[in-house]
Amino acid sequence: MESARPRWDLDPVLTVEHLMMRFGGLVAVNDLSFNVGRGDITALIGPNGAGKTTVFNCVTGFYKPTSGRIVMRHGEKVGTGLIEDLTRSGRQYLARDGHAAFLLERMPDYGIAHHARVARTFQNIRLFGGMTALENLLVAQHNKLMLASGYTIAGVLMLPGYRRAKQEAIDKAVYWLERVDLIERADDPAGDLPYGAQRRLEIARAMCADPHLLCLDEPAAGLNPRESAELNELLQFIRAEHGVSVLLIEHDMGVVMEISDHVIVLDYGVKISDGPADFVRNDPKVIAAYLGVEDEEVELVESALETREAGI
Amino acid sequence: MAEAGSVADASDLRPAGAEIEEEKRRDAVSGEPPFKQPRRRDGGLRAALRDALFAALVAAVLGFFFLGLRTEIGPGGLVLSTRWGLFATAVAIVFAGRLLLRLFVFRDARPRTVTAAAPGWAAALTALGRLLGPGLLVLALAFPFLILWLFPQRDRQYLDLAILILTYVMLGWGLNIVVGLAGLLDLGYVAFYAVGAYSFALIAQNFGLGFWLCLPLAGLLAACWGLILGFPVLRLRGDYLAIVTLAFGEIIRIILLNWYDFTGGPNGISGIPKPTFLGMDFSRGEDGVAAFLGIPYDSIHRFVYLYYIILGLALLTNFVTLRLRRLPIGRAWEALREDEIACRSLGINTTNTKLTAFATGAMFGGIAGSFFATRQGFISPESFTFLESAIILAIVVLGGLGSQIGVVIASVVMIGGIELLRNLGFLRDIFGPGFDPTQYRMLIFGLAMVVIMVWKPRGLISSREPSAVLKERKLIGADMVAQGEGH
Ligand SMILES: Nc1ncnc2c1ncn2[C@@H]1O[C@H](COP(=O)(O)OP(=O)(O)O)[C@@H](O)[C@H]1O
Ligand SMILES: [Mg+2]
Repeated sequence: MESARPRWDLDPVLTVEHLMMRFGGLVAVNDLSFNVGRGDITALIGPNGAGKTTVFNCVTGFYKPTSGRIVMRHGEKVGTGLIEDLTRSGRQYLARDGHAAFLLERMPDYGIAHHARVARTFQNIRLFGGMTALENLLVAQHNKLMLASGYTIAGVLMLPGYRRAKQEAIDKAVYWLERVDLIERADDPAGDLPYGAQRRLEIARAMCADPHLLCLDEPAAGLNPRESAELNELLQFIRAEHGVSVLLIEHDMGVVMEISDHVIVLDYGVKISDGPADFVRNDPKVIAAYLGVEDEEVELVESALETREAGI
Repeated sequence: MAEAGSVADASDLRPAGAEIEEEKRRDAVSGEPPFKQPRRRDGGLRAALRDALFAALVAAVLGFFFLGLRTEIGPGGLVLSTRWGLFATAVAIVFAGRLLLRLFVFRDARPRTVTAAAPGWAAALTALGRLLGPGLLVLALAFPFLILWLFPQRDRQYLDLAILILTYVMLGWGLNIVVGLAGLLDLGYVAFYAVGAYSFALIAQNFGLGFWLCLPLAGLLAACWGLILGFPVLRLRGDYLAIVTLAFGEIIRIILLNWYDFTGGPNGISGIPKPTFLGMDFSRGEDGVAAFLGIPYDSIHRFVYLYYIILGLALLTNFVTLRLRRLPIGRAWEALREDEIACRSLGINTTNTKLTAFATGAMFGGIAGSFFATRQGFISPESFTFLESAIILAIVVLGGLGSQIGVVIASVVMIGGIELLRNLGFLRDIFGPGFDPTQYRMLIFGLAMVVIMVWKPRGLISSREPSAVLKERKLIGADMVAQGEGH
């Protein structure tokens, strides 16, 4: 298996190539390339300020990258021919034979969410605080409902087609509220929920947008160990039942190692390691990067190393 | 501890009391902080007196030149006259006002929990709130008949006032879509009011179309202007948006003032046709409405008709707003007010969403404008100053952003209250025969604003009703709801 190319290189859902993001004189991300495998849980880790959130903002269109190419693919094993045609055509996306490819650096942020189906959460939670949990999940289904409401005209008349679509949207919201254990608080304002619940609701909201790729920015930040374990379960459920690929940022290595198939390590905007969790954990470069940064994490890495050596 | 029935001695009571205190505190801290602190009573009056004295001193220093002294043109040049009575009154008012404020309003500056009203009260209040809307509707529907019955001599005056109030209600509801729902602070709303009024007047003059045909056209034209103005403006955020919309309102007015050939400039447009009823007008002749209905002619009929037109238009605005709120577009407006970035991360095209809010609000403003034109029969740029925008915005803010019933209450109080001040003869006895309370409209507006903002910072009715409910409809407190751009 070692010699074969890893799964994420064979069938990626997202490819980032030579991504560079510069803020004035600061190069936040420098020549970064990686693949996110279809159906994988991929973790992007690195010390504070390494540029992880910046990568997310480039992928989801909130920043326009200084240079580089970001390709999102729908359908299994999208050929390179389609992508090259798309790049040359100057268009934002191209669909052929049930496959579609999207060049995210050319698309506006809302288009990436709507067409390329990349949903995200935010490092500092961004819920609609004055709206109920249920409403938050309905807003996430906006485009589908807009279409069903005939761009509002059929909706004002309450035509049956719209009513059916609305009921489906509510059913879907209820399904996700049950999954994240918030059904009891469906009619409470999101701003009133405890912190952990807000994090879960934000993930549920992103899932209501029917994503192919779910990007989570530090979903475990501020959670207690029990909540963290529940989060891991939720992510595994999302991947297994809904076939959604997950890309998550983590600051703390311990959390992600259990559930990630693939880990990418960033430091000062540069990729320093890329591979399965076991490989990354023992990579001397990663240990070195974490050494200078935070004691907790160094200890984590060291204890991981020790247990491995003890095992051998 | 002390058993029931047995007499507890002092040493038993204290620990028990302390324990209860302790528990209460623990409960309070584990719930939502901060918990209520006992009010400090020591030295309250003294501090208040000192504070009031200081305020009076400031007022005395400031007022000495403004109020106490006055220069008048006398026979040999300027003469200095004094007005000590006025000066003393002003200082006394400041002293008393500050003292009362200190004693009853600013009592505790420390944060305090607003404890939920007792359940009985809360239930009664919500029940009352539910009845308020339908009650006002029935009152509005029956109003002309009530007036004709109760005040046969002054019917015209009261109907006129009611029509004015309803116009502001409609404008308030229209602006509420933009400011209250979408959270875009628009200081130039009067521009669309003007566009509607001039569209109707010009179409009626140049093409001879009637009111009912012009009404939707004027609404559409105003909506188009909403799109045209909105497109460059909506990229701006916060205060910039407010300033640029203000400028656009003024630009429209100045164009109306200066494009003499087209708009008549400062002379305005007169002879705007009155609305007809099934093609008949309200005249004394054979083909008038009175003759058709077989009732004796009375000039009041036209006012009753105008009243029902604006009532219908306002109710249409309300109905459409309430419907839109429950539709994806309305929910997107509110989400936009809450968090624009989150909206975009969910695939909502925020520019289009803002534009639809702007255009919808503008459309209702335009329709209200054409009603204004037909009611007055004459329009000129003077009716569309920034002051109008400010009044409409004040109504929306005082009523509570996003609250439909709040706009009604605010309009009735602000517009109706001030007009009714005219009738209060005793004010003349106090302030002299030249006193006209309507001249102090803006002062009263400002005072009302300050009072409301101190007492209820988010407007009279600030809670938000969810647009979709799973099990139980719960009102959302104002502290949760975001206000959007530029507030
Ligand atoms: N909008 C911005 N403007 C300027 N500098 C930025 C901006 N966003 C991020 N940065 C800088 O880029 C670097 C990476 O930040 P970030 O991606 O937030 O790190 P991480 O999420 O890994 O903690 C930091 O030095 C940060 O200051
Ligand atoms: Mg970050």
